Amino acid sequence: MSEFFQQIINGLSLGSIYALIALGYTMVYGILKLINFAHGEVFMLGAYSGYFLASALGVERYSASGQSFPLGLALVVLLGAMALSALLGVTIEALAYRPVRSAPRLTPLITAIGASLFLQNAAVLLFTPNPRPYPPILREVRFTLGGVIVTNIKLAIFVVAIVLMIGLHQFVQRTWTGRAMRAVSMNMDAARLMGIDVNATIRATFAIGSALAAAGGILFGLDQITINPLMGVLTGLKAFVAAVLGGIGNIPGAVVGGLLIGLAEQLTAGYLSPDYRDAITFLILVVILVLKPEGLLGVVRQEKV
Amino acid sequence: MEAALKKPRWALRAVVAAAAIAGLYAAGLGVQAGFIEYVQRIILLAGINVILAVGLNLINGTTGQFSIGHAGFMAVGAYAAAFTGVHLAPHVASLLGAGSTADAVTFNVALLVGALLAGATGVLVGLPSLRLKGDYLAIVTLGFGEIIRILLNNAQFLGAATGYSGDSAAGLPAYTSFFWVFFWVLVVVALIRNVTFSQTGRSLVAIREDEIAAEAMATPTTRLKVLAFTLSAATAGIAGGLFAHMQSGIRPEDFRFDKSIDMIVMIIVGGLGSISGAALGGIFVAVTLEVMRDLQQYRLVLYALLLIVIMLVRPEGLLGSRELGLALFRRSSKKPGAT
Repeated sequence: MSEFFQQIINGLSLGSIYALIALGYTMVYGILKLINFAHGEVFMLGAYSGYFLASALGVERYSASGQSFPLGLALVVLLGAMALSALLGVTIEALAYRPVRSAPRLTPLITAIGASLFLQNAAVLLFTPNPRPYPPILREVRFTLGGVIVTNIKLAIFVVAIVLMIGLHQFVQRTWTGRAMRAVSMNMDAARLMGIDVNATIRATFAIGSALAAAGGILFGLDQITINPLMGVLTGLKAFVAAVLGGIGNIPGAVVGGLLIGLAEQLTAGYLSPDYRDAITFLILVVILVLKPEGLLGVVRQEKV
Repeated sequence: MEAALKKPRWALRAVVAAAAIAGLYAAGLGVQAGFIEYVQRIILLAGINVILAVGLNLINGTTGQFSIGHAGFMAVGAYAAAFTGVHLAPHVASLLGAGSTADAVTFNVALLVGALLAGATGVLVGLPSLRLKGDYLAIVTLGFGEIIRILLNNAQFLGAATGYSGDSAAGLPAYTSFFWVFFWVLVVVALIRNVTFSQTGRSLVAIREDEIAAEAMATPTTRLKVLAFTLSAATAGIAGGLFAHMQSGIRPEDFRFDKSIDMIVMIIVGGLGSISGAALGGIFVAVTLEVMRDLQQYRLVLYALLLIVIMLVRPEGLLGSRELGLALFRRSSKKPGAT
């Protein structure tokens, strides 16, 4: 039984990382109806920004002398990586998506794939394809709760993810920019007629989504111990499936979908075979597309001519 | 057109087909005698790329859906054809006696089995995702490509991660020759051309231009999308079978996501929706891959930039949906897919 709870704990922490990434997919899809393929790479580069920021702040010195990295500096790493990724997200939008926004749907999809490939392979060239050990921004402390091992890292993942999600919810519901986002996702033209700056709203969406992905990247690095330039491909795909599962365009749906995918993956790895942990996500995607394509929390929207 | 007028056209076509096959055979002998093995290999790869590009173009270009996991179908075709070939060869040889006839029969049956299996997989992948809007297909095919690799990596009877090379130490038989590659190029191009220019093809273009309007005109959109996707998957399967029999063995690694990207570059360079454009794109990729062999690590960066720049500067590709061919010299050329 404790084995089962162990899988649940691991699944939930992995799932909250997926949820953070899925939020970016779902927000962009909600507004632009575009699968932002480069989002997985923003997640990867967020993890790398955290890596380099932590090195710049001297994480090696602390770990060499046996001290733990100060919590304040860890927060600086997190926020710094989020800011850098927000900038990256806005740049991708400006260079690869905005020029083709009014083109047929296929065109932005291709530039998105191009942007994703470019970032991936530029990262391979710059950082080498070899995995790097992630710096110990948080030193692992283990404690046992009724036979279940919980680490402070897993707890930190929950806490950071939940704080960010609540923050996002408040932002989208209570601020003018958040309201503008909801308006643009409902009807871009009507929103523009109401005097909303659509470009600025889309920029804000990319900035926020990318910042969340960067947070996911750092948490992923802490959780999985190593990072590599191709880590965004599969993780990004799974996060997208999480967004579809929850109902694409739906923010609470992305969170639910992320947690479910994380749980499904861990339980498959634990009870079936670790070889199939990646396959289960795809199976879930096909099942959801057949049974309930609008997702768990999504609403069917009739398409009008 | 009246039936009486049709007859001589069929006769003419039969003569053209026979002449093409004879020409192909002669060209095959010429290529074998005239080029070093390295150049021959590039020519074979170019032919396989043409099949891949023309097939993928039917779904990505003509129908306006987007598959980014076609390497998965190629893998299904490659493994199915290789497996069939290895197990069929002894039976065929005992029936016909070992020799080039037996090899040709084995090879073509193996290719067809590969195409059928790849097509069947296409139905499985296409049915759930093509009921919905096109971008779901992109994500499902992306996942599917990965899953196929995971499954092949774990399939012991197909050699798992080390790859499949049959039971003998010599590896897979090298059935793939200039003649057979370009024979299949002709078959696939003729098939795809006829579909594109038929009433079905017009419906596919209608789906690309406006799916809702097409549906309002009583076009069975899902059925046609699945049909196009299945055909496209089957041709990728043929290309896979040809590819398998020019290697001594195939590995799951041969069908990575990069391979799907190569295919997308082919059709985008040539022009989405143009058969001749796709064919040119296929040749372009085969040649650049060889030229850039020493720059392997920059290849995907350059391809990525190429994709973005083409989309920004000339989103319809080099040819757009125009066709190169005899129609250019005729006074009234029909333009399928012109908008």
